[in-house]
Amino acid sequence: MSERFTKGMARNIYYGGSIFFFLIFLALTFHTTKEMPKRDHRENITESVVRGKALWEDNNCIGCHTLIGEGAYFAPELANVYDRRGGEAGFKAFFSGWMKAQPLNIPGRRQMPQFNLNDQEIDDLAEFLKWTSEMDDNNWPPNIEG
Amino acid sequence: MNTLKYQSQAVAKPYFVFAMILFVGQILFGLLMGLQYVVGDIVGGLIPFNVARMVHTNLLIVWLLFGFMGAAYYLVPEEAETELHSPKLAIALFWIFAAAGVATILGYLLVPYATLAHITGNDLWPTMGREFLEQPTITKIGIVVVALGFLYNLGMTILKGRKTAINMVMMTGLIGLAVFFLFAFYNPTNLALDKYFWWFVVHLWVEGVWELIMGAILAFVLIKVTGVDREVIEKWLYVIIAMALISGILGTGHHFYWLMTPAYWQWVGSIFSAIEPLPFFAMVLYAFNMVNRRRREHPNKAATLWALGTSVMAFLGAGVWGFLHTLAPVNYYTHGTQITAAHGHMAFYGAYAMIVMTIMSYAMPKLRGVGEANCNRAQVVEMWGFWLMTVGMVFITLFLTGAGVLQVWLQRLPESGEALSFMATQDKLAIFYWLREIAGVVFLLGLVAYLYSFFVTEKKAA
Ligand code: HEM
Ligand code: HEM
Ligand SMILES: [Fe+2]
Repeated sequence: MSERFTKGMARNIYYGGSIFFFLIFLALTFHTTKEMPKRDHRENITESVVRGKALWEDNNCIGCHTLIGEGAYFAPELANVYDRRGGEAGFKAFFSGWMKAQPLNIPGRRQMPQFNLNDQEIDDLAEFLKWTSEMDDNNWPPNIEG
Repeated sequence: MNTLKYQSQAVAKPYFVFAMILFVGQILFGLLMGLQYVVGDIVGGLIPFNVARMVHTNLLIVWLLFGFMGAAYYLVPEEAETELHSPKLAIALFWIFAAAGVATILGYLLVPYATLAHITGNDLWPTMGREFLEQPTITKIGIVVVALGFLYNLGMTILKGRKTAINMVMMTGLIGLAVFFLFAFYNPTNLALDKYFWWFVVHLWVEGVWELIMGAILAFVLIKVTGVDREVIEKWLYVIIAMALISGILGTGHHFYWLMTPAYWQWVGSIFSAIEPLPFFAMVLYAFNMVNRRRREHPNKAATLWALGTSVMAFLGAGVWGFLHTLAPVNYYTHGTQITAAHGHMAFYGAYAMIVMTIMSYAMPKLRGVGEANCNRAQVVEMWGFWLMTVGMVFITLFLTGAGVLQVWLQRLPESGEALSFMATQDKLAIFYWLREIAGVVFLLGLVAYLYSFFVTEKKAA
């Protein structure tokens, strides 16, 4: 780098640039959080959904699955599992059966643990997954398989 | 032979040693998971995949933190030209952090996660069960306490000593690390907000403040091994971190495409994150330039190799593999596939694992009283470790990328109804996962060679 470009100038770009873009980031974050209610349908977060999220966390489901593409890549995407497995008509029946059947014990197949949840808890998790599936995430994933 | 400029730098040693112990654990659990990917029931229900994954990623983060702390305790006094404010505090914090870390990992392994959440009172202040932030709330509080003590100790040292650019950048990076970690305590019941602010920890760490830490460590080692003028090195350092933050802060947007956010993030995230490879590329130019312009032949060739290697691998892992999937139209198809895993591996290894091994390579001979550098034989073994680990990681990345491309092809590109299901796709990827596991074994061999190099001494003349 040429001699005319000094360390002091580089330092000023660093401080000025980072502060400037950090402020823009904060402004956009502020705007985004104002827009979010239109897309996350928070009015539908029931007590049951809240308990479902806690169960999702307390059992570390994210350690195998993705949820809207974030998490682990070992097991299927679950943000749209509600739509994939029956929706309004069939999801709860499917889900309850699924949770109770674990581990499937098919030799060589990836195993999902048995979490010993009661019917209420399974229903809460189902409500959480239903609410999650109904959020507007800019049309991700590309297809039903997630 | 004691070559330490300041005796209190010695507190760095336990941090580095413990980091390496955790590193071994990280890799063993990585290999276990690699097997579970292809033989799902390999250990029955003994260690479920999610447990192994928490252990793997949390050990990684914690050993990198130990490495950063060791690096700071080593370089801050030398830069400030004064002894560390309180070596006793540094050692006390070492034991607290190590004990908390071991207890947390044992907690993951010995009791079901839900039980751990219950006994640590997660319902009082829920922070657990989110990727990378799985630690019980009490552990998170412990991390904050350790960080505060650590920053206080360094801050007092810098206040009474010389305030070099390297020290200021290192300190800013470390403070930023602590500040952004505070978002780990924010876990709203609304998943949309939870996810948005989760990235304030994860992205603003690895593509923000950690780059300052990496830049400062690299600058320090380059000054030492090349003898190039400090003014030049520090000017580059500012340019690099300026580019890193200017691109990386708004680059956070590349994680907001598919959250419940306005669509402008697809533009902001794509444009700014597309610039993120630049600082990594600048680091390559800078490292090679400085080494070419070197004014001295430092006897520690291995440290120079690590310094060059980390710049190249960080550029490949973060810059090239990051760019690969960062534009919104591409990310729509690749989001959350094995491509993400490929990038995560090479970026974490190239930038952060390797920068820690760079400073260790430079500092350990001095910390152990060996002298300026290890003997030739030890350096040769260390370089074997470097190459085996690095080549192992290149192949892990390539095989995961292969798996990811096929996954996108089979599962993401076709229409609903024609796309293969997730599990059916995984079966088709088995060959890539087996090859990844073999590359992982090469990586482990490299790690063994690297650790063995610490015990190699000059052959006694016959
Ligand atoms: C023997 C070598 C290794 C093997 C076999 C291995 C295997 C794995 C596996 C199977 C996962 C979980 C992927 C999933 O969620 O489905 C994972 C995650 C991860 N590993 Fe490794 N690993 C190895 C070494 C490393 C190293 C050296 C690093 C970094 C220095 C690393 C960093 C990570 C990170 C950051 C994640 C989370 C990735 C993400 O969320 O995208 N691993 N690893
Ligand atoms: C050393 C720096 C970096 C590290 C350690 C790193 C690490 C990671 C990790 C671990 C993830 C997975 C997070 C998760 O589990 O969901 C990730 C995701 C991602 N990274 Fe990086 N990264 C770095 C730099 C970059 C850069 C410079 C770019 C862009 C040029 C980039 C682009 C991305 C993108 C687009 C994703 C999201 C992938 C997805 O949609 O699934 N990264 N990174
Ligand atoms: Fe990112």
